[in-house]
Parts: sequence; structure tokens; C-alpha cells
Amino acid sequence: MTTVQPALNHRRREPLSDATLLMLIAIGIFLVMYASAVILMGGAFQKPQQFLDLFNENAALIIIACALTVVMIGGGINISVGGIIGLTCMACTKFLEYSAPQNSVVAVLLTVLLALAIGLAFGLFEGFMVSYLEIQPFIVTLAGMFLARGLTTILSVNPVKVTHEGFQALVKTKLQIPWLGYVAKNGNLISAKLEIGAIVALLVVAAVWLMLRYTKLGRGIYAVGGNRQSALMLGINVKRTSFWSYVISGVLAGLAGLVFLMHKPAANASIAMRSEMDAIAASIIGGTLLTGGVGNVIGTLFGVMILAAIQKIIGLSPLNESWWQDMASGAMLGIFIMLQSVILSRRGKRGKAEASKG
Amino acid sequence: MENIRDEAPRLFYDTTEGAARMQNDVVLTMRGISKLFPGTRALDNVDFTLRRGEIHALMGENGAGKSTLIKVLTGVYGKDAGSIHIEGIEGEAPIHSPQDAQNAGISTVYQEITLCPNLTVAENMFIGRTDGAIVNWKDCEKKATAILESLNIPARAKQELSSCSLAVQQMVAIGRAVDMNCKVLVLDEPTSSLDEQEVSMLFKLMRDLKSRGVGIVFVTHFLEQVYEVSDRITVLRNGKLVGEYPVAELPQLELVAKMMGKDLNDLEGLEKADRHTSAATETVYEAEGLSSTARRPFDFRIRRGEVNGFTGLLGSGRSESVRAIFGADRITGGKVRVRGKAVKITNPHEAMKHGIGYLPEDRKRDGIIADLSVRDNIILALQVMRGFFRPMKRSEMEAFADEYIKELNIKTASQNTPVGSLSGGNQQKVILARWLLTHPDYLILDEPTRGIDVGTKLEIQRLVLKLAEENMSVTFISSEIEEMLRTCSRLIVMRDGNTVGELTGDELTQAHVMETIAGGGVQHG
Ligand SMILES: Nc1ncnc2c1ncn2[C@@H]1O[C@H](COP(=O)(O)OP(=O)(O)OP(=O)(O)O)[C@@H](O)[C@H]1O
Ligand SMILES: [Mg+2]
Repeated sequence: MTTVQPALNHRRREPLSDATLLMLIAIGIFLVMYASAVILMGGAFQKPQQFLDLFNENAALIIIACALTVVMIGGGINISVGGIIGLTCMACTKFLEYSAPQNSVVAVLLTVLLALAIGLAFGLFEGFMVSYLEIQPFIVTLAGMFLARGLTTILSVNPVKVTHEGFQALVKTKLQIPWLGYVAKNGNLISAKLEIGAIVALLVVAAVWLMLRYTKLGRGIYAVGGNRQSALMLGINVKRTSFWSYVISGVLAGLAGLVFLMHKPAANASIAMRSEMDAIAASIIGGTLLTGGVGNVIGTLFGVMILAAIQKIIGLSPLNESWWQDMASGAMLGIFIMLQSVILSRRGKRGKAEASKG
Repeated sequence: MENIRDEAPRLFYDTTEGAARMQNDVVLTMRGISKLFPGTRALDNVDFTLRRGEIHALMGENGAGKSTLIKVLTGVYGKDAGSIHIEGIEGEAPIHSPQDAQNAGISTVYQEITLCPNLTVAENMFIGRTDGAIVNWKDCEKKATAILESLNIPARAKQELSSCSLAVQQMVAIGRAVDMNCKVLVLDEPTSSLDEQEVSMLFKLMRDLKSRGVGIVFVTHFLEQVYEVSDRITVLRNGKLVGEYPVAELPQLELVAKMMGKDLNDLEGLEKADRHTSAATETVYEAEGLSSTARRPFDFRIRRGEVNGFTGLLGSGRSESVRAIFGADRITGGKVRVRGKAVKITNPHEAMKHGIGYLPEDRKRDGIIADLSVRDNIILALQVMRGFFRPMKRSEMEAFADEYIKELNIKTASQNTPVGSLSGGNQQKVILARWLLTHPDYLILDEPTRGIDVGTKLEIQRLVLKLAEENMSVTFISSEIEEMLRTCSRLIVMRDGNTVGELTGDELTQAHVMETIAGGGVQHG
């Protein structure tokens, strides 16, 4: 029996863990989908800019999907992230319009701080309620969502625009990538562009990945999501761990609000409506289990990419009505979850068989 | 001598040595500990003293309060009264959580394996114990590999824990605990899922730690093990302290009497059951070339009223054999006949429909539903067999539950108590009751007496033989060969996933079984 010869061959490659397997499936599906779009639909899809736009347009979603992945791995849920984006956008816009100093650097810095502070406040509040008062996370964050939306409306019922020059300059700053560009009809080279928000989003993915993988807190989040009681017995401060997972998700949501504003410098009361649902869907597609303990932000990134690609493909096809998008995303999610559970149950049976050698 | 101690157990120290010296050697004192659960007084004014460099057995029947005492010590439960002192710490020990206990130098292996299945082996060994925000997992993996190697644990540091067997998980939990630089090591039934080899390895380790001055608390229901390693025994009964005794002064029979609260004379009634040979010839279950993802093809048959068993070391494939019979793993081939009729059994539900019952080895994973009441857990399998559209009457359920609570001596506040709050051994009895109640034609029991106290163990053996007399066929698996010899009339011996022998009649002796396991038998299968 091979499993009974341990130490000798501990260098042997480990079989894929569930999370990794699900992540690879997500990556595979994205690649197949995008490649077939390039081949079948050609045109716009062949431009690299089209690919970069997936990141440019969905930077905020990537960030809140990471936030959701963190709390979901810890066995929780946070549906207030969309609301926090809305509130942050509105608050930052109002701030820039009415009270920001003329100096652009100071104004931008203060805006960033304001965004993060709003996210932090929500994170602290929700984390405290969930972890220390032990109220259901769904209910706490539902309340958080209503609160955020309410505050957004109080700030302004009407749509507002950012006209502050300092911020506008920031919005226009983009990373130019000439070698991915193309030559326009008039002979000019048009570089491909990556927005700052997209870069921030990718940095967030990297940071969260490192946090989950290498830090005490990160592994603690997995442990708490995997088995709360065991985690407690293993000497993990379960409450503090889950508290921090909400704080992180709150701060990330605030950051996402800022990134949202940098992509589209205007705000209204229903901004980023429903984006928390997209974030949950992206996490699940990327292999995070709602039951906790399993997940991976790289998978989540590809979860967002899949949803974004569906949107793009349908947008460029004859079926460019929004309900088609919703239905395609829904169908995709359904297929995905079925696929996951089939794979996991097959593995589960095998795993159990292996685990019960006795 | 005995009596004096029974009456005044408090603050009793060995009289042969100076009390003052002993006092200095004490690493842990628990005084007047009480703990109330709704409906149960789990601990009532219990004292416990642990000295440096001793192995101290904590004994008692199922539900006596052993695990509760340990959990009070390690901060899992708060106590309602009493005080805890740890050497080197002024005043009441500041322990409010398992984390505090670890920091105070107490490392614990709990009765139920408390590891995280979704983390790797190395992570399970080091999580919750590292300093600083960033963990050097490479380093942890290296250290974990060293521990795994030194304890001969068949697992890899980077392996996900859920893919390890129960025994390996248990060893990993032990590996985690012994690695810490601890003053006190607490082992709550660490040997219940280990085989002899692993047990002797563990004992070597315990003696080693003992010589380094660690105080060890050891809970087990295997009396031989107590006498093999312990220096001192504390006995609890019904949440109360019975007394503390040096091992040499407490013969086995007296220990049993103290645990059960009976006179020595009453124990005569505990005569060992006699195995029984079925006279019937009808074959109830027959498999030819049956194989699953976890078990190579094998042949097997059992007659009406026969009790047989699979034996072999851990990992020899004995559990896989019965899992294949029950369809618990994915079946990959073979022919099965039940009462002479060819049938297909590919999942547990089909097996149950054909009158086969199976008590799984791992109660936490496959058996118990912790939040359901004792009654609902007992009724569960019968309800499934009858079909959910024919619900049972409430009074009927209550009668069944009552019957088995009494028969198996299940210690519970009431039928409505959630099973999760029962002691480990009593949870095991609940699952056993569940299967006994269904009265299948063919019952498979994989380690049914794991974690069950001596008295009840004999009771269960007797019950199995009684059922066989009533024409039930039973397959019995136990790590204790002695127990198998007492109940089975045919033993199938396994090694490395193969059947290596089948013993009946006069061949059924301890020596013969050991020899066959070790390689004396013919190799086939
Ligand atoms: N969390 C709990 N809630 C309610 N009652 C409990 C709880 N834990 C234990 N008990 C009760 O306390 C008593 C002592 O249980 P404990 O687990 O300490 O027994 P034990 O001596 O370890 O038994 P075993 O040998 O079966 O492990 C039992 O009657 C049990 O039902
Ligand atoms: Mg116990």
C-alpha cells in the first residue's frame, strides 16, 4: 500500500488539492472561452486592448471578489461590499467637489484615506457584530448593505460628477504598453492601456494570495472555515481571526469604491448595485466553497474574468440585451457548481476510501 | 489502606516519601473542580494532582467525566467551582482558552481528533503555535517531516489531512502535542484507533518524555495499557473522585470494581462470553471477486447465525473489505449473492435494502449527527429502511430509544439530549444502538467497542452472541484480537490488502492469529 511508505518519498508531488483543481478548471474554461471568442468572433476580440479592458472595466469587481473569497474561506459571507462601493464613490465625489483642497496631491491622498476609512469602519463594525456578538454574517452584512445604500442616498439623490482636476489627472493616467498596441489607419501607433485601477486590483490579488498562503492569519482563516471547533482546540483565536477577515473585506471594499470612481468619475445612488452578487459568483466559479475552508484568489480572479468575458461576448453578439447576459452568467454559474460537485463527490468517494484504510 | 483513601482522597500524597518533597514535584493541581451541564453534573468537587515525570492514568466508565476534566484544564470549558494551579505560575492559572493552555505549557490530544481536514499535515502540526505574523511554512514542513519520521507516521508533511486515515490523523495529533516544549502532556484516549505497533511507539515516546520530567495524563479504556505505562491512577465515577492510587497497589480487578462502583464479589457476574458456532448452513451473503477502489478482489461468504471477523494490522484492508461489502466505496467488480439471489450492491442504500447493516469505524465522519437527539439518532437507520413516507409513531420511537438506552447503558440526561453533548463512549453506543435496532439479517460492526469501557464492552460482546443465536449473521472487526477470539467462529486474516489466511475451530488462538498476521500463513488473494 503506497500510502504506508511515508517519509521515504515525502518529496513526491502531492495530489492536487480540491481548491487547486477547481481553480485549474476555472482557468481552463476561461482560456477555452476566450480563445473560441477570438477565433469565432474575430474582430474586436483580436486586439490585446480588448483583453486588458477585462481588467480595466472590472478592477473594482476583482477587488471585492477577493474580499468575498477571504470571508467565504473563513466560513462567512459579506453582502455589503456593493453598498460600500456605492457609499465610497458618493462620499469621495462629494468630498472632491465641495471640500477638497486645490492641491491635487493632497486632495487625492485625502480621497484615498476617506475611501479606506469608510471601508475600515464598515469592516470593524461588521467584524465585531459577527465575531464577537456572534450574529449571523448574512444578517449583519445585509444590515450593512442597507446602511451603506441609505447613507449614499442621504449624501445625494441626484447623480454627481467629479470635476476636480487633480483627480481627473489621476483618472487619465494610464500605463501605456506600446508593444501590445496597433497601428491605426492614419499611421499612428496606438498603445494598449492599463488603468491604475486595474494595476491596483492585480496587486490586491497578489497581496491577498500571499496573505492567505503565508501568514498566520491567512492559514487561520482556512482553519476556522474548515472546522471551527478544531481550530479553537488547535489554539487559534477563532474570534479574532474571523474579525480580521471582515476588516480586510471592508477595507478592500472601500478600496474597490475608489477604483470604481477612477474608472468612471461619477456617482449616483444605485452605483455598483448587485456587484456583491457578481463577486460571490466569481468566487464560487473560481473554486471557493460556500461552506468554507476551501478557496483561492487566483481562481477568483479567473472567476471574474469568466463573468466579464461572458458579458463581452454577449455584448458583441446579436443578443446584446442585458437579460441574455444575466441568463448566460446564471447558466454558467449553474453548470459550474454542478461540475464542481460532481468532481468533488467523485474525489470524495475516492478520498474517503483512501482515508479509511484501517 | 484502600478505605482510608476512599474516604479522604483529598490532598493525599504517597506516604513513603516526604510530603514536602512531593509538593515540589507537583506540576499541576486541580482542587474542588465542579462542572455543570444542563441536566448533568459532569464534575463534582474533583481533585487531581500531577507530578513531574509521571504517567498518570485517569480512569472511569463512559461519561464519568474524564474528558470534561481535561477540557476544564485546557480552557475549553469554564469551571463552575474549584481552582487550578500550575507550577511556576503564581496563583490561579490564567487559562481561558486552549491557546492559553498551550502557552502555559499544557499540550493536549483530545479524544475526538481536533485537527483541520482542509489543511496540510504540517500546518495542522504548527498552526496556532507560531510566533509573528508571517509563518515560515517551509521551515515548519521540514520540522514536521522530522517529527513524522521520528515517530514513523506514514504521512507526508504537505499532504492534506483529509486524505489520511483515522489512525494517521491520531498520530499527527500526537506528533503535534509532543513536539511542544511542554510541562504537561494530556492524552485523551490516544490509543483507541492505533494498532499494537503504534501503541508501543507511543509508549516509548511517553516514557522518553517522562524521563525528561514531563507530567503525562493518560486516558484509556484498555486496562493492559494502563498497567504497562502508568505510575499512578486516578479513578472517577459519575463525576466524582473515587481516589488516587499508585499502580502497584491497585490490581486490575479492583480497578474495575472502583470504576463501576461495585464490590469485588459482584464482578463474578462479568464472566466472559463464550463464542458460539452456528449450526445453520444457509449462506446469507456471498461475494465472488468483489473489489472496490480501495480493495483488491476477494471472495467472501457468511452463513446464517455466524459471527466472523476480519483481522490484520491497521492498513491491512480489513475496513476496506467490509466497506466494499456495504457499497461504501466505489465498487469496481465482482458478483454478489444475498440469500442465494444475485443482486447488485453499489451503495449503502441498496445494501440496507438487502438487509445489511454497517457500523462504520469513524463515528465522527460517518455516523453521528451531533445536533440530533439521542432518540432521533437511534431511530435514523430504521426510519431509512422503512422509508420516509411511513413515519414511526412517537410512542414507538420513545419505546425503542428507551430500550436501547437501558440495554447498552447509555449515559444521557434524556432521550432528547443532542448526541453531541454525550461522552465519546456513549456516542459510540448510540450508533451501535442504531444498527442493532434495525435487526438486519447481516450486521457488520467495524470497531464497535472503540472507546467503550470494560463493563460495557463485555456487555456488547454478549449481545452480539445473543443476536447470532437469534440467527443474525455478524462480521466483527476489532483491533483487540482477544475480543475477536471471544466472539468470532471464523477469522479472516489480512495483510497488505490481501487475504492471507482463514482460521476456524482450534486454530483460533492468539498465537496462531499473530503468526498468520506476521506471515506464517499462505499467501493468496
Ligand atoms: N458539552 C456538553 N454538554 C452537555 N453535557 C455534556 C457535555 N460534555 C459532556 N457532557 C456530559 O458530561 C458527562 C461526562 O462526560 P465526559 O465526556 O467527560 O465523559 P468521559 O469520562 O470522557 O467518557 P468517555 O469514556 O465515554 O469518553 C457525560 O454525562 C456527558 O453527557
Ligand atoms: Mg471522554
